[in-house]
Amino acid sequence: MRETSQQPRRPLQQFVAHAALIALSFIFSIPFFWLVTSSLKVDEQLVAFPIIWIPNPVTFEHYIYGLQFVPFPRYIANTLFISTATIIGVVLSSAWIAYGLARIRWPLRIPLFIIILGTMMIPFQVTMIPLFVIFRNIGWFDSYLPLIVPSFFGNAFFIFLLRQFFMTIPMELSEAAKVDGANELLIFWHIILPLTRPALATVALFQFMAAWGDYLGPLIYLSDKDKYTVSLGLALFRGEYNAEFGGLMAASTVMMLPVVILFFLTQRTFIQGITLTGIKG
Amino acid sequence: MTTYPSQRQRWTRQARHNFLWGLLFTFPVIIGLLWFMLYPIVISFYYSFTSYSILGRYKWIGASNYLALLEDQNFWISLYNTAYFVIFAVPLGIIVGLGLALLLNIKVKGMSVYRTVFYLPSIVPAVASAVVWAYVFNPQYGVLNNLLRFFGVMGPGWLASPEWSKPALIVMSTWGVGSLMIILLAGLQDVPQELYDAALVDGATWWPRFRHVTIPFISPHLFFTLVTGLIGGFQYFTQVHVLTNGQGGPARSTLVYSLYLYQNAFQFFKMGYASAMAWILLVIVVICTALVFRNLAGRVYYGGA
Repeated sequence: MRETSQQPRRPLQQFVAHAALIALSFIFSIPFFWLVTSSLKVDEQLVAFPIIWIPNPVTFEHYIYGLQFVPFPRYIANTLFISTATIIGVVLSSAWIAYGLARIRWPLRIPLFIIILGTMMIPFQVTMIPLFVIFRNIGWFDSYLPLIVPSFFGNAFFIFLLRQFFMTIPMELSEAAKVDGANELLIFWHIILPLTRPALATVALFQFMAAWGDYLGPLIYLSDKDKYTVSLGLALFRGEYNAEFGGLMAASTVMMLPVVILFFLTQRTFIQGITLTGIKG
Repeated sequence: MTTYPSQRQRWTRQARHNFLWGLLFTFPVIIGLLWFMLYPIVISFYYSFTSYSILGRYKWIGASNYLALLEDQNFWISLYNTAYFVIFAVPLGIIVGLGLALLLNIKVKGMSVYRTVFYLPSIVPAVASAVVWAYVFNPQYGVLNNLLRFFGVMGPGWLASPEWSKPALIVMSTWGVGSLMIILLAGLQDVPQELYDAALVDGATWWPRFRHVTIPFISPHLFFTLVTGLIGGFQYFTQVHVLTNGQGGPARSTLVYSLYLYQNAFQFFKMGYASAMAWILLVIVVICTALVFRNLAGRVYYGGA
């Protein structure tokens, strides 16, 4: 692998890289390919041996009947409700809190920030049981409140992300506004928030993904099947009909679709968000 | 708010002002930390010394839960299964993620397409990907064994086999290395080109350049992925719960720690017992993280970004 010259384009290296990337892409795509093609196969082809790669004929019956084993439209609506509520909670609270940690010089801002970062290390399993007891005792069991209310008290990960963004805005901007008589509330609302809209969008996006896919939370707190989320519904479906491959693949496709669409619409936001929370700062 | 004029300088009006503003902005997180973090952590330590069950009264039973855990075969099995998963899945994830990032870092055409292909699996909901993988792994009808057969390999039973169920979970989790890859790729893109050029002038071949230029520069990123991977690995739950209907089968081969903890708390209603497990988990995670920090943090090079 010795490189003999520093030509800008190294054809051999390019060729090898392409070959490797294509092979790996193929491997990584297999589950998606299998998912989508299977959801379009008629039942006999789903259990054919050897397997059938391309569905023939293509059928949409699984998308019609498969989604009726459990009430998916209802679960989708439930999950959208929870997602929306937690997005509002998380964006408002995390931005509010991050402002206090990034833009105001006061003695607790560093210790508090370190404590918040430290909580990211604590496994959910440690707080799960007492939280369940607390919410059950105040009558919130089998409601969405335990899933939604905590989001209004900030999320360590998002506070971290927004704090990093807020720190990049020059303090002179705030100072100039103060000279003009603005207080912190006005600065927060009229200067910082408008300047960090992309970051807020990133938070909303990540929170949607988290809420849409959340499993353990709903599993613990929800018992009435009418209140189930998509995750619980799909797990229930699989638990009861694990040989209904077509229906299961159709339901999984439906569950993945919003995430995949959102990704393609907001690719840049996504990658930046991940990169930014990676490290730095 | 108390001030000590004798000890420190008296607070200026501005400092007091800022303190109040700071409190106003951070009070939600202060309440949240107390209500959803500190209180639960403390009280779960208390629960772990009681016979707490959601159904009835409970009493202080000293260290009985911890002693019972030492005798509990399932506890050791779950600990073993989780250790197995973490020891293989975390390093494998980093190696594959780094390999993909290195390939993407060569400026090839269509890089963003490849990046999307590798990244997408990491963002699809865990339940949906578990359902898909269950079918991919299906010994008879699944695509994986059929592909292996094409290469003349008799595929194992994967999730249906006690020997292969954990490797199957590791394969599944490696499929989701996308976000890790993105983080490492960001690190690679920050390595200054001049350093590579300088190394080339010195006649350094691929490996020395990788070892002495690339690795130090992305060490913060590697460190981050290792720590988050460890913490996440110990909490691995959703996929197993979906794939095994909450059982951890076959033959307890996928009974991971978090699953057994969940079973104790919410199926057997042994909340005190489960709290003891939670505290042991906390101690393990803290020790592992501390070990990683102690042994590696000193080698992390922060000169780059």
